[in-house]
Amino acid sequence: MTAALRRLLLVWLGLLLLLAATLGAAFLPLGPAKPWIGYALAAGKAALILWFFMDMRRDSGLMRLATGAALLWIVFLLCLVGADYLTR
Amino acid sequence: MGDRPLHEPFHQAERQEEADRLGMLVFLGSEAMLFGGIFAVAMALRLLHPGEYVTASSQMKLWHGTLNTAVLLTSSLLAALAVEAARGGQPRSAGRALWGAVALGLVFLGIKGHEYWLEYQEGVIPGLSNARFGSAFEQLFMNLYFAATGLHALHLIGGMVLLAIAASKRSAREDRQAVLIGNVALYWHLVDLVWVFLYPTLYLAGAGR
Repeated sequence: MTAALRRLLLVWLGLLLLLAATLGAAFLPLGPAKPWIGYALAAGKAALILWFFMDMRRDSGLMRLATGAALLWIVFLLCLVGADYLTR
Repeated sequence: MGDRPLHEPFHQAERQEEADRLGMLVFLGSEAMLFGGIFAVAMALRLLHPGEYVTASSQMKLWHGTLNTAVLLTSSLLAALAVEAARGGQPRSAGRALWGAVALGLVFLGIKGHEYWLEYQEGVIPGLSNARFGSAFEQLFMNLYFAATGLHALHLIGGMVLLAIAASKRSAREDRQAVLIGNVALYWHLVDLVWVFLYPTLYLAGAGR
């Protein structure tokens, strides 16, 4: 098994473990922290997919900037919508 | 073998490949923002009606959603393996991995179709003559659910077509730079990424109730 193959399989295993953790955490009595933990684990999965599967780890700054800009605008969208509904 | 011709205005293969990848990433960024609108709607619904959102979400078929998450994560692995195989000069393995990802896409659609069928029988598909909802909010939630999963399924079908095209093109499989396979794989990973966030948004909010 080559190093690249082993790395991708390990990432996949990590993704499935994170999925199991996400599912398990949804059944724990975590109260208001529950959605935060669910989305934090989802963000962990997304980071693994972006970094290893989408190969961002080998990308130049320009590629990372283009990807990061999209994520930043989504964060703006969610923050502004949230600011509206939370302050009514 | 498999050297791609240079197109204007590029004089170097590396620059051309970089531009191909950057173009794909910018397109995927616009796709991500399209789904961002759906997540913003979900957040607004949840902030306005926290209790009802959790109740409506608890009606979701949690195991269908969980299984489908595992299926998509595995298909993403196959897409990444296809890129690795093409770069390593193994066109046959690359083709097999791509067809494997297409097959898992079909499995995903099968599970999703079964879920939709169960929801049809329960009468919770908005707009159908047998639709009956426990509350007005439940109907709103189901609107969101079908808009989100429907849009995602359309992207999934598009991704499967792209994967199949890449898998059946010999020049793509033999390209050591994996330009086409690499960009198609990027699209497939985005379909996976969107689902990774749809899963807690739609399915997990009401789990354990």
